[in-house]
Amino acid sequence: MATAAKTLGFIPRPTAQTGFWSWVATVDHKRIGILYGVTGFLFFLVGGLEAWIMRLQLARPGLDVVSAKTFNALFTMHATTMIFLGVMPLLSAFMNYLIPLLIGARDVAFPRLNAFSYWIYLFGAIFINIGWLRGTAGGDVPDIGWFAYANLTSVQFSGGLGTDIWVLGLLLLGVGTLVSGFNFIVTILNMRAPGMSLMKMPVFVWTTLVTSAIIIFAFPSVTVALIMLLFDRAFAANFFEVVKGGSVLLFQHLFWTFGHPEVYILILPAMGIISEVLPVHSRKMLFGYSVMVFSTALIGFMGFTVWSHHMFTVGMGPVVNSIFSLTTMAIAVPTGVKIFNWLSTMWGGRLRFTTAMLFAVGFIACFTIGGLSGFMHAAAPSDTQQHDTYFVVAHFHYVLIGGTLFAILSGIHHWFPKVFGRLLDERLGRWSFWLIFAGFHTFAFPFHFLGLLGMPRRIYTYAPGLGWEVWNLLSTIGVFVLAAGVLVLIANFIVTMRKPMDAPADPWDGRTLEWTLPSPPPVYNFATVPTVYLRDAFWFHKHPEGKEKALDYESPRPAPIHLPGSSLMPVLLALAPTIIFAGVLFLRMRLSYGVPVIVAGFVIALLALWGWAFEGEGGSLIEPGEGD
Amino acid sequence: MAHHGHAHETNTGIDNRKLGFWLFIASESIFFACLLVGYLVYKGGYQPGVGPTDLFNIELTTVSTFVLLMSSLAMVLGVNAAQRNEGRLARRWVLVTALMGLTFLGFQAYEFTHFYHAGLSLSSSVFGTAFYTLTGFHGAHVAVGVIWLLTLLYHGRGAGLTVDKGDDVEVAGLYWHFVDIVWIVLFTVVYLLEFVQ
Repeated sequence: MATAAKTLGFIPRPTAQTGFWSWVATVDHKRIGILYGVTGFLFFLVGGLEAWIMRLQLARPGLDVVSAKTFNALFTMHATTMIFLGVMPLLSAFMNYLIPLLIGARDVAFPRLNAFSYWIYLFGAIFINIGWLRGTAGGDVPDIGWFAYANLTSVQFSGGLGTDIWVLGLLLLGVGTLVSGFNFIVTILNMRAPGMSLMKMPVFVWTTLVTSAIIIFAFPSVTVALIMLLFDRAFAANFFEVVKGGSVLLFQHLFWTFGHPEVYILILPAMGIISEVLPVHSRKMLFGYSVMVFSTALIGFMGFTVWSHHMFTVGMGPVVNSIFSLTTMAIAVPTGVKIFNWLSTMWGGRLRFTTAMLFAVGFIACFTIGGLSGFMHAAAPSDTQQHDTYFVVAHFHYVLIGGTLFAILSGIHHWFPKVFGRLLDERLGRWSFWLIFAGFHTFAFPFHFLGLLGMPRRIYTYAPGLGWEVWNLLSTIGVFVLAAGVLVLIANFIVTMRKPMDAPADPWDGRTLEWTLPSPPPVYNFATVPTVYLRDAFWFHKHPEGKEKALDYESPRPAPIHLPGSSLMPVLLALAPTIIFAGVLFLRMRLSYGVPVIVAGFVIALLALWGWAFEGEGGSLIEPGEGD
Repeated sequence: MAHHGHAHETNTGIDNRKLGFWLFIASESIFFACLLVGYLVYKGGYQPGVGPTDLFNIELTTVSTFVLLMSSLAMVLGVNAAQRNEGRLARRWVLVTALMGLTFLGFQAYEFTHFYHAGLSLSSSVFGTAFYTLTGFHGAHVAVGVIWLLTLLYHGRGAGLTVDKGDDVEVAGLYWHFVDIVWIVLFTVVYLLEFVQ
């Protein structure tokens, strides 16, 4: 460290470079990315465990593995965990780690806010799972389904604390997500390397930009829906009290104006990952870059115009249903365009079937199947038949596992050497891919048949003789195969992390700026900021192919680089709303210390905000090469 | 709030904090829009209890609205003074803004108490629920703004809010004007339209 950090806050900045406190106080986007990735993967395993128990219960008719009440808790928490605690943080891990590297920046625009986002995610994730400590019998684990339709969520019908925990936990998670959204938009718009115009950005940067825009416009509506529900439950308000004139449809509209854009929050970054992996492992430029970018933006916009297709059966009338049918069919167009772009990228390329590539190609196939069943839901009359059946379950498992999860796994195999300096074992990688691929189809494809045979979602058991037995059993077998694949993946992580750090800087002959850096990159990222002249600048820098100039470094001598100081304020500020919400929960439990706890939370919030403001960004200058 | 010294050059030419804050305002607009939708759905739902025209004292709320709108003028003068490096003047205008914000909150507290005694509560009707939630969230935003402005005053102790703190004052100003604009919409939709025949 060249100069010591000057502290104006009331808690001194930790200066340790290693160990526990260095991670708690870190503001480095790479470390925060790793924290997101590890935590997200752990919660992904929790969500998977919940799914596995449900499949055991449904393997044969009339089983009694878990009670109906526990089953309700399991499907609610499985969905909530997978969406908010597993997949979104895993995507966030990629955004955090990669965005500054892909655009040639030192860090994100607001490093401390970035740390705040992670901590509030962690606290929210623990909060929303806290009810498990009291068991499922009293309704203290959320058991209202992931879209929590009013008025099943009223105190009358959900008397336990589960609904309150779910509402408060999601509000916490929403704050962190919103803050990340602001952070990434500013980072991408403001902090690109010289020469990197918007249309020279890697597609993953574009999808992150559009996803962040969706986040900041979609999350407020679910926030309002959750606040209304909270006020009804905690303060006896009437938003969804039908006797007093409350409208249960208001909740559905507010939820789905968030809920449908949310599915694009889950899939667009995944599409971005695929658009980075395919060109590298096909050794060919992405086909139709601009069309890809415009499709992404169009999906982001149209994502806000289709929400009522989740509500075709509530009786909105033929005109409204027709309009939402049309918009839903229309949004399939930019999505379909992308599928053809990816296929054309591979066409004529020099393909290498690495594990990353296998998952990427698997993504195209599985996502297309999920897209086709989604398109069938767009037709309102047909959807009326499929509504709330396993056909819908089949659809979203195809787009979320076959789509988003495959993209995440592809990205993990692609960027693991960059992050950890070690190449994942390809043999184990191929085993995990084929097990996960085969297991996934065995488990999710039967859902199509079950849905068409009339099996409703969310039932905890069924009678024999309905023709559902064989498909349910097959599906449960598939989960075991899928789980085996995940275990091989974990084994691969463990085996690889015990190997020496010997990954080259550019193991795949990459195309984008992160591969110009050592693996793992130094704490300051780029010793000299690159100037970018072309899309895929690093590729053309290595393989000119007649292009005169792709990439250069204007200032030949590396200058000292400013690193922001680490800070404990983010974790403290994230703790404050968690304490306030715990206080609200105590109020619901009629505990006398609810109000004092809420007041204490506000005091901590104020102290953390003042500490944050007055300690400043701080930091120190570092000479490139130091501490490598 | 207090990190200055290394001015980062940005691609858009807009300061990171300002751009981030504009995005925050965009997001907050959707938040209030959704609350407003809830209010519009429920504003007629008060039978047999008290409704808007039974309760609203339009003269009183017009006065409090005027105070809040004028606070935006004080804020503009404060930002302008800070940018012209008249630190003490800037500090004085920020103080005036905060006091006017407090006055508005005082009116709101009076109004809420009065309505409550007249029979309107959060649980009396869907109108009560929607009214208190919508205007309450706006009031909470004003309160946060007042705390922010008071923090600025502390920040500017000594030499005042001089030009090096200009961006800090400006971002606080963005927030203050936004909260004001939200009130213009709420005052029109919640109060004024009730008196249009």
